[in-house]
Amino acid sequence: MDFNGAQGTVVRLFNDANAQFHKMPGSAIILRYIKSSYQDDPVRSAIELFLFLFAVRYLLAPTYSTHKKVALREEEIDELVDDWTPEPLVAAQTPLEEMENEKRPVIVGPTGPKSKLSNGRTVTNLASYNFYNFIANETLKEKAIQTLRTYGVGPCGPPGFYGTQDVHIKTEHDVAAALGTPACIIYAQSFSTISSVIPSFSKRGDIIVADKAVNFPIRKGIQISRSTVRWYEHNDMEDLERVLQKVVKEQAKKPLTRRFIITEGLFENIGDVVNLPKIIELKLKYKFRLILDETWSYGVLGRSGRGVTEAQNVDGTEVDMIIGSLSGPLCAAGGFCAANEEVVEHQRISSASYTYSAALPALLSTTASETMALLQEQPEIITSLRDNITSMRAQLDPRSDWVNCTSAVDNPIMLLVLKPEVVASKDLSYLDQHQLFQDVVDECLANGVLITRLKSMPVDLGIHPRDQGWQPTPALKVCVTNGLTKKETEKAGIVIRHAITKVITRRK
Amino acid sequence: MPARSINPFATSSTPVISSPSLDAINEKRDREQPRRTSFTKGNKFTALFGGASPKARDAALREAIVAQQQALLNSPSPPQLVAPISLPSISVTNPTNEKMPTEPKTLFQPPSPEDARLLAKAHAQFGPLGSQSHRCVSQFPGGEFAEPIEDEPPYYYLFTTYISYLILIFFGHVRDFFGKRFRRQHYSHLAERDGYAPLNSDFDNFYTRRLKMRINDCFSRPTTGVPGRYITLLDRTSNDGNHTFKFTGTTTETLNLSSYNYLGFAQSMGPCADAAEAVVRKYGISSVSPRSDSGTTDLSVEVEDLVAKFIGKPASMVFSMGYVTNATTFPTLVGKGCLIISDELNHSSIRFGSRLSGAMIEMFKHNDMHDLERKLREVISQGQPRTHRPWKKILVAVEGLYSMEGTMCNLPVLVELKKKYKFNLFVDEAHSVGALGPKGRGVCDYFGIDPAEIDILMGTFTKSFGANGGYIAAEKSIIDKLRVQNAGMLFAESPTPPVLVQIASSLRLITGELSPGQGAERLQRLAFNSRYLRLGLKRLGFIVYGHDDSPIIPLLLYNPAKMPAFSHEMLKRKISVVVVGYPATPLVSSRARFCVSAAHTKDDLDRTLAACDEAGELLQLKFSSGVAGGAMPEEFTLQEEKDGLREQKPVTPPRWKLEDVIARGVEDVQGSVLP
Ligand SMILES: Cc1ncc(COP(=O)(O)O)c(C=O)c1O
Repeated sequence: MDFNGAQGTVVRLFNDANAQFHKMPGSAIILRYIKSSYQDDPVRSAIELFLFLFAVRYLLAPTYSTHKKVALREEEIDELVDDWTPEPLVAAQTPLEEMENEKRPVIVGPTGPKSKLSNGRTVTNLASYNFYNFIANETLKEKAIQTLRTYGVGPCGPPGFYGTQDVHIKTEHDVAAALGTPACIIYAQSFSTISSVIPSFSKRGDIIVADKAVNFPIRKGIQISRSTVRWYEHNDMEDLERVLQKVVKEQAKKPLTRRFIITEGLFENIGDVVNLPKIIELKLKYKFRLILDETWSYGVLGRSGRGVTEAQNVDGTEVDMIIGSLSGPLCAAGGFCAANEEVVEHQRISSASYTYSAALPALLSTTASETMALLQEQPEIITSLRDNITSMRAQLDPRSDWVNCTSAVDNPIMLLVLKPEVVASKDLSYLDQHQLFQDVVDECLANGVLITRLKSMPVDLGIHPRDQGWQPTPALKVCVTNGLTKKETEKAGIVIRHAITKVITRRK
Repeated sequence: MPARSINPFATSSTPVISSPSLDAINEKRDREQPRRTSFTKGNKFTALFGGASPKARDAALREAIVAQQQALLNSPSPPQLVAPISLPSISVTNPTNEKMPTEPKTLFQPPSPEDARLLAKAHAQFGPLGSQSHRCVSQFPGGEFAEPIEDEPPYYYLFTTYISYLILIFFGHVRDFFGKRFRRQHYSHLAERDGYAPLNSDFDNFYTRRLKMRINDCFSRPTTGVPGRYITLLDRTSNDGNHTFKFTGTTTETLNLSSYNYLGFAQSMGPCADAAEAVVRKYGISSVSPRSDSGTTDLSVEVEDLVAKFIGKPASMVFSMGYVTNATTFPTLVGKGCLIISDELNHSSIRFGSRLSGAMIEMFKHNDMHDLERKLREVISQGQPRTHRPWKKILVAVEGLYSMEGTMCNLPVLVELKKKYKFNLFVDEAHSVGALGPKGRGVCDYFGIDPAEIDILMGTFTKSFGANGGYIAAEKSIIDKLRVQNAGMLFAESPTPPVLVQIASSLRLITGELSPGQGAERLQRLAFNSRYLRLGLKRLGFIVYGHDDSPIIPLLLYNPAKMPAFSHEMLKRKISVVVVGYPATPLVSSRARFCVSAAHTKDDLDRTLAACDEAGELLQLKFSSGVAGGAMPEEFTLQEEKDGLREQKPVTPPRWKLEDVIARGVEDVQGSVLP
């Protein structure tokens, strides 16, 4: 009777469940589906059922774990803890690093075309981004002091929490007006701007197509975004098109994701200039958005220093985001991202280094506004710099048997790399080239000219040499300034050329 | 405001912190102004403990407070002075006073109108010390460092908070539903547009669109001028539901409880600004090169030496941004095969850096040392996932003072654990350096722990020092390695000369190398102010989070609608505060945050307490159940509180009257915390 009772319960339960099931909306469809599919293809139903059960099991499984834990007793753990010896927090310095630490120049007093070093010597400074020598401009200083006397130094808070000052708003307007974009946002530091802009738009699953030679902060931004990256050969528009086509084809069936092209205006690591009209054409054709890093071109290219868009006659609104720097040529600090309102307002709440970091000091913000105005009012400042670039180039590029300049003709940062045949004939490794250029830098300094080397990008710790990724070719970095006369520039150029010749010929 | 009668040093010959001549001026103003509460302190105390009937004294006090409120409301910054005719001035040379003209004042020589104007301006940036009793020392009293007790509001409030969010979300979706159908152009940015995916996903954007937009006017309020004791807001209005704002062209000067100006170095006058001006003249505005090229100047070397000495580490390096200091330093310390164990509430920059480093990341519960130890035992014994190889390094990253919670890290226990488990310790002192410790040197100083026990001490100059940028302080070998490997050093712009000089001079002021006494005054005023406001809020019946000595005081609001309401109520009373809610905090615990500064006077804090009292009644914010302290003094003495007898008595919710809070505040702050 016990058995009967149980059976009765089961039947009742089953009937209840059945009734409930029929009451459920959509159950009729499922039933019909199962019935018809069973008639058509019983095997398929069986497979489906199996899949369904598997999915249920999978979903109910305890949280997915990548590793199995070994169960240990407390004493065993104590023992393991005692045994564990961590590596030292940092590794010992390599000889190259030691040398770098030792030889880093320290400027005493103001930075200028002639700077005094800590060893007491005054040298011609071709290592700072002091292209227009705004540092020495007395009017700018007075204005900065006025700001200092009204705002103090730091704004003591992030922009979202009472750190936005009227001067920031003005600088934002000034940049936007210069580039012709509807809006702009000012960051407190130029270096980190793009690292933060990229991940605030591009997320996991989105696609980034980037130039192979982009600079370090762009790489870090891409890394943080966790998006899928495709690289194209440096400045190779055909390759870019090929990559874009491929992406579009691969993604055709998938849900639409955000797609970005990321490149630089003037390349930090190579010095050449982007072909913006062509990129705009491609981005429109394949429906990508363009993030353009103008850190090295804003304030440098174009008739009044408005960057690549001005130089190549592209409307600023054609580029989805223009990232640039207010430090360096503009002699202030901070970075910006100029774009439409939607893009800018989104950054104000979701771009990490804007939201979670203190705002730019007011006096640097006003200085940036002033220097931008100066460049626009007096384009001759820029032409005089270009004259000096031409003079310097004439001394180095065509005349040297050993190096050539990879920078664009208007780029005041001249990057000099060894000619391939020199590298081949002398069998110079990557480290050798760095060492060689360091010797050139030393030799120049001995002759009163301060220049530097292009720094290679730091490699993540614990990474196999094979996975280190792209590195710039070792290069000398010569920054031209219009704080020097044409004569002085030429003289410095000769010193550099002779130093290169001397160091390379000395090497067997 | 100082009142000479209560300043024991004012007329004596002992070195004085607040300037006698200042006092003199203030005294004069006393006569012209409605008397403020603290001026009448002498009377107040006699009234409190003397014979006057309680009713009469209540009424008198209330009157005084109301008068003070009114006076402050009408003119937040100290009123400009009419040159007084017969001032009993004395000749002084005052080392601490940055705003006085340098030539000594002789008897009966009143300050010129110009001087008076400058003084008023100076006081709007940094309030004068009211009384020597408004100082105390920020130091860990010893014993076990306990987590602050977190009070909870009655369930009713939690419940309504959830309901509020549900309603907000529901209405948001309803509006979206109709909006997307009938006002398509307003939603076009969320939909696919001719082959482009939307930049913001609808889902991610929902919070911003439907929740934050409603209270957008409480965020990003534009300001002008110095963010010192007072901050000037640019008034703005919105006609389209906070999508866009129009400036009205007017400004409002408000009491500043929002900036991270802990030591009050946000000043446009005084030694720091003077030094900054001089350096701009001499060095120019920028040094236009990364540190590793030619951006290293004698100034940066000097600041690095100063910072290292101040922190108590052999070496240090400075960066132009605090965020980037973290973002670039983690990758130079740890990488593949290493583990970062991070407090769950760590700052975004720490997360950014950790993610860049490529190391594994584990989290532990905020400030929960047991959880940390459990994690440590687990990870060390298990080794790396899959391979079970031992970890190369384990880096534990914590903050000294958490900016949303007001809690400090439990450094004593961390150091003990470090000895046992051999991990490396990284402490981000962004908020604690300058703000904590008897000498302002951060958490190590506060707990009396040798900085050598901690591997990496990081901090920023944006908070206590009124400058910009960050630093890392560590052993020389570590710094040397960082200098060549750190991307911030290699590629980022270097700190500018005026910023460097602001750092150097504020550091020198803190250590007493410049104007001896002034640094100590700033530190002790900050400690007093922090405790005073915190204690006062507790007694009024608010729930506040955090440790007693923290200058960050979060006041819990819970209901999302109370965020804008509180912010507006305070703005009406000309006080600017920060309100934060989800996602910066857990969903239920929306809060307002006060950042106390050394620039505030006790009167400013009393004004804040009065404003909170009113707003608290209006918005029903007095939730506290009493478990976190602040009950009536009659119920148990401080000694009992120390002995832990409190638990045995039933806790009653503290609901002090404002006037009692103000009357007892100084005494209790001094009594309860000074050893
Ligand atoms: C803990 C912590 N670390 C780092 C930072 C970043 O500092 P900065 O504002 O100088 O970029 C902050 C600032 O909010 C912080 O709170």
